[in-house]
Amino acid sequence: MRVNTKSLLAAGAVAVVATLGLASCAAGDSGDGGDAASSTLTVWVDAERVDALQGAADAYSEKNGVKVELVGKDNADIKDDFIQQVPTGKGPDITMGAHDWLGELSTNGVVAPIELGDSAGDYLPVAIDASTYEGTVYMLPYAVENIAVIRNTDLVPEAATSYDDMIAKGQAAGLTQPFVVEQGAEGNPYHLYPFQTAFGAPVFGTNDEGYDATDLQLGSAGGEQFATWLASQGKNGTGVFNTDVDGDIAKQAFLDGTAAFWLTGPWNVGSAVDAGLNVAIDSVPSPTAEVASPFAGVKGFFVSSESKNKVAANDFLVNFLGTEEVQLELFKAGNVLPALSAAAETASSDPIIEGFAAVGAEAVPMPAIPAMGSVWQYWGIAEADIINGADPVATWQKLTADVQAAIG
Amino acid sequence: MSTTIDDEVTSGTPKKPTKRQRQAAGIAEAASGGVKMLLVKVLMLGIVDAIAVYAIFILITSDQWLVAGIVGVVTAIVNWIYFSRTKLPAKYLTPGVIFLVIFQVFVLVYTGYIAFTNYGTGHNGSKEQAVSSLMSSALERVPDSPTYEVTVVDQFGELGLLVTDPDGEASVGTTDSPLTEVDAEMEGGKAVAVDGWTTLSFADVIARTDEITELAVPFSDDPNEGAIRTPDGSSGYLYLSNLEYDAAAGTMTDLSTGTVYSDLGTGAFTSDDGEQLLPGWQIVVGFDNFVRAVTDERLAGPLLYVTLWTFAFALISVASTFFLGLFLAIVFNDLRMRGRKYYRVLMILPYAVPSFLSALVWAGMMNESFGFINQVLLGGASVPWLTDPVVAKISVLVVNLWLGFPYMFLVCTGALQSIPEELQEAATVDGARPWAVFRLIKLPLLLVSVAPLLIASFAFNFNNFNVIYMLTDGGPRDSNAPIPVGFTDILISMVYKVAFTGQSRDYGLASAYSIIIFIVVAVISVIAFRRTKSLEELN
Repeated sequence: MRVNTKSLLAAGAVAVVATLGLASCAAGDSGDGGDAASSTLTVWVDAERVDALQGAADAYSEKNGVKVELVGKDNADIKDDFIQQVPTGKGPDITMGAHDWLGELSTNGVVAPIELGDSAGDYLPVAIDASTYEGTVYMLPYAVENIAVIRNTDLVPEAATSYDDMIAKGQAAGLTQPFVVEQGAEGNPYHLYPFQTAFGAPVFGTNDEGYDATDLQLGSAGGEQFATWLASQGKNGTGVFNTDVDGDIAKQAFLDGTAAFWLTGPWNVGSAVDAGLNVAIDSVPSPTAEVASPFAGVKGFFVSSESKNKVAANDFLVNFLGTEEVQLELFKAGNVLPALSAAAETASSDPIIEGFAAVGAEAVPMPAIPAMGSVWQYWGIAEADIINGADPVATWQKLTADVQAAIG
Repeated sequence: MSTTIDDEVTSGTPKKPTKRQRQAAGIAEAASGGVKMLLVKVLMLGIVDAIAVYAIFILITSDQWLVAGIVGVVTAIVNWIYFSRTKLPAKYLTPGVIFLVIFQVFVLVYTGYIAFTNYGTGHNGSKEQAVSSLMSSALERVPDSPTYEVTVVDQFGELGLLVTDPDGEASVGTTDSPLTEVDAEMEGGKAVAVDGWTTLSFADVIARTDEITELAVPFSDDPNEGAIRTPDGSSGYLYLSNLEYDAAAGTMTDLSTGTVYSDLGTGAFTSDDGEQLLPGWQIVVGFDNFVRAVTDERLAGPLLYVTLWTFAFALISVASTFFLGLFLAIVFNDLRMRGRKYYRVLMILPYAVPSFLSALVWAGMMNESFGFINQVLLGGASVPWLTDPVVAKISVLVVNLWLGFPYMFLVCTGALQSIPEELQEAATVDGARPWAVFRLIKLPLLLVSVAPLLIASFAFNFNNFNVIYMLTDGGPRDSNAPIPVGFTDILISMVYKVAFTGQSRDYGLASAYSIIIFIVVAVISVIAFRRTKSLEELN
């Protein structure tokens, strides 16, 4: 038997080197974290916004001598990684995130409160509401996001005054399916919520500390009216809502010009403009006389409860990222409405942003309380069932009962 | 290299066995220890040792004594093995064993450990972290209190706050002594220095963050008036805490309601009527997770049909992929067929595409209203491929067949080619018809080598999370079930939904479930392997 002993041995040695190399890499990370804690702020940032923040980070380093290290991370991983790593002491000092993580982060004890002081009044009210959990502010808001109706102005030059008017105007323009909204086999309650609020059925009632988990409003009379209306627009009705339409299909329909109205968020406007369409942003046409309020999602920054650098972290967030200049810088990169009122006003010189901001003024923060997790679990599937022809009132009552049981 | 081995052969043959063995060992040693090789060896081990020393140094500076010790011991053993003249088997095995320990044994042991803890949402860190987190969220700013401009000052190593109130009056205080008015040096309406105290620069403030985070200067002698703290070193706010921690008794007291929460061994401060303050902390809970896993009422209904479907899915997938793969292998093994190579390459293509990708592509093609299959192939039909409970099951099986048959095709092709042609010729001469040749000769011989792979394939499909998650995500949902389970969910995807629903992550429960599933699969595999042994004996 010919055995190439030497090369095997060499391979073995390489393997050992690699193994120990890995071990030392792991060790090296922790060492760096420990040493650097005194003079460096580690900030986890959505990988797409690193460039936007880099300028601000450098400016802060120059001003105060505190090095700000930005770590780009996949947005989908940030929350779970943050929750897992903060208790080990190896997490970042600050992370970028969304306000609806707040309940989970706070229940896990990984975020520290932030005191905005007098500057709290300088932010949009919806941003401050969203950053507050059980009466305490935990997040420095930098952007407010909400959905609105994008209208193809070449097809329909005038904004719709109501839901029925929207469908009528679209059909008058010769479209069979004038309005698209993304759904899916398990529904998409986020995109249907404006219609639900138009019937006066928010998910939770509110008290002075924010949303109140003990006050479930979902099953009010308005909820059942909404369910009945939803059924009338579903498979057995007009067919406007279709659970086979997912985000990509809705987008394609709008880009192809087969739909003139698209209920979606600012993240999709870019593709419509790039496709050469002339668009305008309208508020969500209401099926009732009431205003249709979408959910607002607020993006911001959290301070880790285990940060060794809380003073610098708070100073960086409140006294630096909370300034108009930096908020506008972030706005330029993300094209999402700034949370600081003054910056929001400047940004609204763009008609698209102004359109979303106008709708955002009617928006309500998406609940961050843990009970909301139980709602999401049943909500979409019930709406999908109703769209597909299930008995609306009975399905809605079962939804309410399931949610109530899950919240306990 | 080849010359040394030739040496071994020529010089080794005439000697007696014992001497020959000794010589062979000597030559083998020489083979691995030629001057050049020795240099390479020393260099490699030098690099390994250098990295290890660096790792140990860093680990010790960050107080990771246990890990540092392990790295040290492992490095010593590696050196001993590779510098020794005799440890030949160990030289081959060591790298593999190190990888095995890091990537398999450690992961298994850690999963096992987590299964016995309450690790999950609300029980994420240590008790100290929970206490400090609770105390910091319990601070509430006194309503309508103003913002105070503050300067951090130092006196003999003790930190204090120089506070300027909105009227422009300056006062100074420390954690132990409440604010007292002082005459301070003002700058732009803010007190910046005072006699007897050293003003800290921003860099000093940053360097003493820990002390400043703890610094709370009582507003007056009355503790109910609150204390001033500064989150950023320049602005101070008046806070009152509504929780009090008694470290000696280990209890938390809610100052507004008077409720006492104590540590009852539940991993969180718990009041007498069972209300918990979250965050709690991680504790070992024994078999609680396993008990919950089997007694969870929410699972009572769905568990039965999910288990049945899991077995059906795994068995049908193995059977369908095996028979399709075998059929194609036989067809393409026929020498009369032209261009067999090209067909074989085509057959293997599905295997070359990552299954994550193909599952998502299939999900798109099977969309009821817009999918390629309904729109183009069936000319606008609306077959509910993924949304009807029964059809969705068939779709999952079809997609899994598409994903899985190339593997079986490869395996069977190999096994068929290893069956000697003479057997078939002999059987044909004896008058056996082709079907009989296949059923009585080829299939049993084939099964001897393929049966273990079928068992492995069963175990793989039993936990085939990717296909289910990517294709249907378990859907269509069973709207009658109390958990978000669907009609195509298999055990592992149901467990994922139970342990990670909504905003709660229950790593302890998830680990317990995966251990239970592991035991089920292991038992079935052991039984099946026993059966294949008897198959071998028959032949």
